Amino acid sequence: MRELSLHILDILENALEAGATLVNLDIEENSAANLLSFEISDNGRGMDAKTLEQVQDPFFTTRKTRRVGLGIPLLRAAAERCGGELEIQSQVSLGTRVHVTFELNNIDRAPLGDMFGTLMGFVVSSSNCDLVYHHQVDDRCFEFNTREIRGAIGERSLAEPCVRSWLRAFIAEGLSELYGKSQE
Amino acid sequence: MPKVGSVADLQILREQLQKDFSRRTDTNTVITVGMGTCGIAAGARDTMQAILEELDKRDITAHVQTVGCIGMCSREPLVDIEQAGKPRISYGNITRDRVPQLIEEHLIKGQVVEEWVVGKLQRD
Repeated sequence: MRELSLHILDILENALEAGATLVNLDIEENSAANLLSFEISDNGRGMDAKTLEQVQDPFFTTRKTRRVGLGIPLLRAAAERCGGELEIQSQVSLGTRVHVTFELNNIDRAPLGDMFGTLMGFVVSSSNCDLVYHHQVDDRCFEFNTREIRGAIGERSLAEPCVRSWLRAFIAEGLSELYGKSQE
Repeated sequence: MPKVGSVADLQILREQLQKDFSRRTDTNTVITVGMGTCGIAAGARDTMQAILEELDKRDITAHVQTVGCIGMCSREPLVDIEQAGKPRISYGNITRDRVPQLIEEHLIKGQVVEEWVVGKLQRD
């Protein structure tokens, strides 16, 4: 995949398929430590040791376990060719945690890319799952919790057209300020 | 940094939602985008963005959801459209540029775009 944000979307979708109602997504871009890392943890149904082993091996994935398929091996390969690593932990009925690191300035590191598209796509389509987002770029940070947003508007769904356009502006502004492109 | 906590605009949104509620018509339309690894690699995220933009532009209320791999990876991005009382139609290779025509033909004119169809599921 050409962007890390596509890998992130892939893991988020796995969380949805695992029946998660809450997903935490933390992204950190740290120039001083030359590190880009992200962690996605969910409260879905989790995996037993055998399944966990299978999802990490592209050649032993069967149809039954295809809910992850190539996603994890592709992401691990992307991390390892950039001096980083992927760590995955899971416990049945408790959830799954995926932690991935990259050397920030590695020439082979794909760009984070369109996080806006990843966040909008996930938030709008996941009516039964909340997202807690925390994104740190050096000393700047952007964070939100969809549970708070749903609470403030008094509506479960974030898919109504006027909510969508508010979300679009909110996320676009948050991400652009993160990279110092604020108009102010 | 924008804060969810500064709730003034969310309050306005809440009022607008309540106002809209009376005039909102449920079109009973569900659009499903294949968002498995295969779909994502084929551009499903852009397809989803294009669908949301098109719905907003035309003020159409439809539920947009995602689904994992259904096994037809070579025809991704896959988009299903389901409307009350009509068969569920699966379209294949729906890249971003095809979305405006798909929405126009299927949702506005009520015509299935036969050349892109990969499957139909009749409802009882």
